[in-house]
Formats: sequence, C-alpha cells, structure tokens
Amino acid sequence: MVKANDYTSVMGRKAEIMLRSVGIDYSKFESGSIAFDYEKMMKETGYTLEEMQEIQYGVNVGNTPLLELKNLTALARSCAPRGKGARIFIKDEASNPSGSFKARRAANAVYHAKKLGYKGVIAATSGNYGAAVASQAAIAGLKCIIVQECYDSKGKGQPEIVEKARKCEALGAEVVQLSVGPELFYKFLLLLEETGYFNASLYTPFGIAGVETLGYEVSMQFREKYGKDPDVVICTHAGGGNLTGTARGLKKAGAASTVIGASVDLAGLHMASDKAFNLKSFTTGHTGFGVPFSNWPDRSDVPRSAARPLRYMERYVTITQGDVFYMTECLATLEGLEKGPAGNTSLAAAFALSQEYDRDKLIVVQETEYTGAGKHVQPQLSFAKSNGIEVFFGDPKDEIPGKNIVLPEHPSLIKATDVDLDHMRRSLIKTALKTYNTSEPTDQDIKFLAEETMKDEAWVRKTVSELK
Amino acid sequence: MIKKGEWVRIHKNILEPSERAPQVPDDTKECPLEMWDKGFLTADADMGDEVEIETVANRIEKGTLIEVNPSYDHDFGKCVPELLKIDKQVREILFGGEK
Repeated sequence: MVKANDYTSVMGRKAEIMLRSVGIDYSKFESGSIAFDYEKMMKETGYTLEEMQEIQYGVNVGNTPLLELKNLTALARSCAPRGKGARIFIKDEASNPSGSFKARRAANAVYHAKKLGYKGVIAATSGNYGAAVASQAAIAGLKCIIVQECYDSKGKGQPEIVEKARKCEALGAEVVQLSVGPELFYKFLLLLEETGYFNASLYTPFGIAGVETLGYEVSMQFREKYGKDPDVVICTHAGGGNLTGTARGLKKAGAASTVIGASVDLAGLHMASDKAFNLKSFTTGHTGFGVPFSNWPDRSDVPRSAARPLRYMERYVTITQGDVFYMTECLATLEGLEKGPAGNTSLAAAFALSQEYDRDKLIVVQETEYTGAGKHVQPQLSFAKSNGIEVFFGDPKDEIPGKNIVLPEHPSLIKATDVDLDHMRRSLIKTALKTYNTSEPTDQDIKFLAEETMKDEAWVRKTVSELK
Repeated sequence: MIKKGEWVRIHKNILEPSERAPQVPDDTKECPLEMWDKGFLTADADMGDEVEIETVANRIEKGTLIEVNPSYDHDFGKCVPELLKIDKQVREILFGGEK
C-alpha cells in the first residue's frame, strides 16, 4: 500500500518513524505522567565518559587548545571598577575537524548509527551540526543527508546558512534546502522513512553525552595549567545541548564552576516568519531558541530531549547583536583570532561579566567556531544593511532586533542582561501541567520538576498551587 | 540540451500555501514550502523541465531543472567601514595609538 504523504498523514506517523530511526524506546523511561527517568535514559542509551573520549579521540575530535585572551582581559579591566576584571579564556573548539564543538555530538551519533548497522544518517539543522555530521559520516563511510531552512520566499538565502550548505556538500553530504517554516520537520520525517537512515538528532542521549567530554576537558586543562577549575564557564545557549553536556562533564570532573548561559537577544522576531527570516543577523545562539528550549525541552525532534538546560544553568544572560559584532572585531584586532558568531556570543557576555569578578578569577568561553565567507562579521553586517537594517554606533540597549544593530560607542557599553530564571522555571512547570493535563502532579512529578528547575520540592509545590 | 549525468540543481514546492501547518504565522502561510536539491540528471533534459536526479546519497528526487553545475555565490559582502572604527578605537584604548 502506498503511504499518504500529505502533511497530516506524515506527522501522524511521527512516533513510528522516530522509533525506527533513533532506535530508542523512550517508553521505558516514562512514569505515565510528567516525570521520566532522565538519568536512566542517559545511562542506558548514552556512553560512559571514557567510551566517549575513546570514540572522539579516534576520529580526531576533542583535545582542543585552551587560549588565554590577555588583550581582551586588559580591555575589560580598562572598563571595570578597580580590582575587577577576571581573566578571559576560550576553548578553541574551532580546531575540531568540522570547525566547531558540534563534532563531539556528531562523533557519538555517527558512531552509534554505524554500530547499529544504519547505512546513513540524517540531521535537520541549518548550523554547524550539519557540517559536523557530514564530517563524521565521511570518516565512517556512511551516507549523509542534511535538511536545512535556508531561503525566504524571495529565494534570498541567509549567507551563514548558504555557507553551511557549501561545507556540508564539500564533506560529501546531500543538502536538502527549504524555505522558511517549521514543516522542515515534515520533509525530515519523509526522508527518514524513505531512506531508513539514522536520525542523528541533536537531542538524543548520545549527542548530549558527546559534549560531556568538553566540560571534562575544560576542567582538566585548567587544573593542569592554572592549578584550579575555572570559576565561571559561559556557554552560548540555543537548544540547550551545549550547556547541558558541558555542565554534566564539569560535574563528572568534580568541578564546581558556575555555569552561565548566554544568548543573543532577538526578542520580537518570530522564528517561523518568512518576512523576519533575513532580518536576523544570527542563525542560532539566540533567544528564539534559547528561551523556548529551556522552558520546554521536549519540543525537539525526539520524544524526550537529553538537553535540559534549566537543570544546569545557574544564570542566563542576553547580549545584543551589536555587542557580538563588536567583540568579534575586537577578537580579530586585539587577539589576532578570527572566529565565528557562536562562541563570540559567549565572548561578548564574558567581556561584560569579567568586570563583575575579581582579577584573580578565571572565566572561560567553552567554544569557538570557524568563520569564513557568509559567516564572517563583514558579510553579516553587509547583509543586514542590504535588508534595510540600520547599523550605527550608540548604546546597545537601544537596539531593536529586526530594525537596527547598535554597535557600542565604547566597549564599556557592552552589558550582559540577566534573564529571570524563576520566570522560565515557572513557565516549564506550567507547560508540564498543561501537556500532561493535570493540576495534581504526583510526588514523583514534584521531585522531577524540582530537578528540572534546580529548585527544592517546596518551591515546586508552591508554584503548582499558584498556577491553579 | 543538458545531458544525462550532468550535475544540476532542482527546485520544487513541497507544500502549497493551502497545505501549510496550522501553527505557521500568516506571512509564511501565504507562501509555498519550497525545496532545492542537487544531483546527477537521470535523463537528457532542458532547463525548466520537470526532471529526475540521483543525489549523492543515491536518492531519486524530482523537480524543475534550474541550474547546471550550480555554484555558490556567498562572499565577504561589501566593505563595512564601521569595523575599521572599532579596530582603531580599541587599539587606542589598549596601546595608546601613536601617542
């Protein structure tokens, strides 16, 4: 019988397609209500830290250099109150084979796919993860298909995503490019069904566990070089995997570093809007992903996401597009390093946050990414201008995403803005109650929600009663 | 005439505006969901024909033939003079410029 391929029919087959393409029976971890056994899922379907290191080092992933940014630290100190200005470091993840930390996630996913006998892998991603999966699939000799959202309805492509398509194709992948819209997932399901390939989702336990090696390495490198763990680790935050995996790796190392998430503020721009698509100068690492994926991780392409950022994020800050562009230029002109926007989002936050800490404290931005045509600060600003975005010097607090990009008149104007985490935690609890259609969560649910939000059970119970 | 086996790019609409998902914002709902893919032509054809390609993942995909030996045109954009001002400013703060 020929299967119906209209939108509703394909979405109706989602559970069946997912089970076959990920090879995880998520029902094993479910409690029947809000709670599920997160640690059991990570343990049974993931790999141990040692196994992951072996897998990654075997394909030239990981062991990336740790760089101290002395000139940027000096610049931060010139803007900071007396005695303040923590030392700023970056973990140069751009040294990975595909040019970003995503190689760690992809190494594990592709290893797992090959082990299970899949002939190919598919990933739905417009970002570095596509290049990482393509790179790892090339090493493993597997077929690779990347599905990306790339063009608006006028056929105008986001330069950074066009570059990512080039890179994926250069690494031997088929790139299926789509116009704007969440139905990318529909085409993704069709491709999984047609090919029988592995769903190299960003959100499976293997993918997230793959980032644990990054957190672990950060701790080990700091201990070796500076005799202590970093005081603060900043992760650029979008879907939550980077932060979750890094924080878990730090915990496995026994590090007590403060984990801070940072996203570019794109408030007011609808992520599925055709008109807004090319008004953004950032394709990820922004609040359009960072906020919803924290508030409700299970909106991803697997039934239960292994990326659960509110379990690990002690502070969440936003930074403006203008701040990140400014900092990207500072990195080039003061440190002699050209890197892409993902790590530089955290770097802009680190620059501001350094000024809150004493000079003997250590702050690390745990990733960098490659840059080049399309991705570089110049094509992005040039593209913004061609789309009618005003670019000028001023106070970044006046920036309105989609309307202007305000480059700071002076580096002292770069500020990290705190996001109210309790508000996000309440939002997560509200969505959990709504999704499972209950106002009376079980004791197990309360315990689970306390873990999900890094709060105690009394706070969760109080929040639940307030939401009634 | 474009020969069988040539490397080409195709385009097709995979959802018409009436078929789009309910949660899609209004401006997006007015447009079809479009798709572009590349592969080797499975039979001789002319530009604009409905054709079949075999992709590098050995998949068969159909669509309108729009480009032969497709190339990339993304680049480093136009000069952004603001970047030069940033360079000058931060180097002056740190190293004092020519003073």
